[in-house]
Amino acid sequence: MADAGVEALTTFEQLLAGGLLAGLVFALVAVGLTLVYGVMDVVNFAHGEFLMLAMYATLGLALVGIGPLVGLPLVAIALFLFGVVIYRVFIRRLLAGPPEATVFGTFGLLVLLQGLAQSLFTGDFQSVPHPPFQGTLRLGAVALSQATLVEGIGALVLTGALFAFVEYTETGRAMRAVAEDRVAATLMGIDVQRVNALAFGIGAACVGAAGALLMLSFPVFPTAGASFALTAFVVVALGGFGSIQGALVAALLVGMLEVLGGYYLAPELKMVPVYVAYLAIVLLRPQGLLGRR
Amino acid sequence: MHVRRLGALIVTALVAAAVSGPAATRAADAPEIVIGSVLPLTGALAQTGAGLRTAQQLAADLVNGHVSYPLPMVGKTGLPHLGHARIRLVFADSQGKPDQARAAAEQLITQEHAVALIGTYASSTTATASQVAERAGIPFLNPDSSAPGLTARGLKWFFRTTPHDGTFAENFYQFLGDLKKSKNIAVKRVAVVGEDGLFGTGAGDAEEAGAKKYGYDVATRVSYPATTTEVNAEVQRVKTSSPDVIFQASYVPDALLFMRGYKQQGVNVKAIFAQDAGFVDPNFLKAIGADAEGVFTREVFSMDIKYRNQAVPLIDQLFRQRSDGAKPLDGNTARDFMGVLVLADAIDRAGSTKPDAIRDALMKTNIPGKLTLMPWSRIHFDATGQNDGGAGIIEQLQDGKYETVWPFDVAVRPVVWPMPAWKH
Repeated sequence: MADAGVEALTTFEQLLAGGLLAGLVFALVAVGLTLVYGVMDVVNFAHGEFLMLAMYATLGLALVGIGPLVGLPLVAIALFLFGVVIYRVFIRRLLAGPPEATVFGTFGLLVLLQGLAQSLFTGDFQSVPHPPFQGTLRLGAVALSQATLVEGIGALVLTGALFAFVEYTETGRAMRAVAEDRVAATLMGIDVQRVNALAFGIGAACVGAAGALLMLSFPVFPTAGASFALTAFVVVALGGFGSIQGALVAALLVGMLEVLGGYYLAPELKMVPVYVAYLAIVLLRPQGLLGRR
Repeated sequence: MHVRRLGALIVTALVAAAVSGPAATRAADAPEIVIGSVLPLTGALAQTGAGLRTAQQLAADLVNGHVSYPLPMVGKTGLPHLGHARIRLVFADSQGKPDQARAAAEQLITQEHAVALIGTYASSTTATASQVAERAGIPFLNPDSSAPGLTARGLKWFFRTTPHDGTFAENFYQFLGDLKKSKNIAVKRVAVVGEDGLFGTGAGDAEEAGAKKYGYDVATRVSYPATTTEVNAEVQRVKTSSPDVIFQASYVPDALLFMRGYKQQGVNVKAIFAQDAGFVDPNFLKAIGADAEGVFTREVFSMDIKYRNQAVPLIDQLFRQRSDGAKPLDGNTARDFMGVLVLADAIDRAGSTKPDAIRDALMKTNIPGKLTLMPWSRIHFDATGQNDGGAGIIEQLQDGKYETVWPFDVAVRPVVWPMPAWKH
């Protein structure tokens, strides 16, 4: 009986640790979205596809001998440029139209990017050759994947950096001003288009870094980003619009609910507690956990 | 120039003669027997469909030819009991769509006067096309659709040579039974793990039913969303249920997540039985490396069947020649090839092109497994029209390559049991 109790406790510890790490991975993917969707209030349904492109870019670099960690800054820069270009030629025009325009427009971008990946890279599942950090870290009875741990640390660093950028830099303040009131921001002499393009680029750079890190433990395929993107949207909405730290808290909550729900309820129902929590927040506290509005 | 052209003509004539066989032995007025074939020749499945068409046509040509192989009806210059009548395949396109398959079947029966139908690869198109044959009272032979329900519809004119998804689950239990006899292994508890789509649930249901039938305990049944990005809870569920073996139906990303999870959490079982799919994908093998050593999977076909029937490499060679080079014979094309032979055998024994006679002959079909390209024990239809001799083969990942280990008479390597424990 005592043995059974110890075993149950060990399982719980393992699930808790696994859930926290899973949450950090969700946070990693959500970081870019917290800026674009959370702070700027621009819906980018192709967020997952940006992630997918970053993963392919990482794979490409790995195939010429540049590993995911060394390749990370290169991928982030490439995605930054990609984001700025997409904003300048596409999103900017959508924002000038009715609110639905960004929804349908970015959804179209999602379909286009998935289709392009399918035809260029085929539907095969591809992993980087010999990625680092494939071992296991043991803390007592708890076993954790080193790769996931690195991804989790990446999430914390990126969230911290983004938070500092938005809160303490001139550009960050300008971004918040634009999100709050576009017209007023323009009147204050803020170049809205420039700020938006920059925000979109930085959001894309974050997802670029995320893609590079995810290649430590996931294969890439044309719909690889879609699996992560839905959770990322839930995380940002749950955490609260305009709150970067809220997204981190929400991601950890989602990770734990998913893992604990999956074990103690049933694996096929593991998303149910997540969506119940989401619905509860939307109904009871529409501004999200740490939202300002 | 003239000489060269004449030479080419002669060579062409010789080749034609060699392929078609001595025309003299065939009664000049022997009628052609039309078999209608419904296949996905355009659409998403077009590539597969093209291979199946080549395989079926090859089989028909060998039936009409005079070169003999250890295969039924091959090399008898047509059907002997019907005055060496040649069989002629007429193909119609299903586009991989159920309604198109229905139209194609109707066209083959009413306009081409096919005496029997064969096809159609996708289970959904086989369902509709075979309904048309049922209404018209024309035998329908399905060599290649694996949905178990197809032979559970109570159709009178439907025959299926391929084993269905339930068979593969049974094979794992038969394999375990054989190992109990030969190696005295002890397995009692099985964990059934699979993604929650049609593939995973179908496999899981069959595995659970098999456990009951063969006297095993289901330690846990884990069904997870295929697009999940983490399997913490799932792996813990398997671990705490302490199974002896795991049955697993997964695609590539989830197969990777589970194998890494099992390793991390030290889930040591005697065997993991995979339902093909993610576990045989080259990208899975590349990413997982040595960690998947010892995993078992089921397959419909392997070149190793050559150890039972020497025709396998010869048919493979002929098939490659016709499919522009490099495409080898595989599970789909080998099954479709056999399908045409089974129909030819039945029509010949019927000695008639009347549908009733062909159906009666099909019901009396009994082709020994050694005379097929497949790992089957025989081709013989039960009351539902399902081949009761169907079986898959079981392969085990040994030194980075899947090797046939069961049935024992086509095995190329001995079974490694239990699979190696995780090294940390």
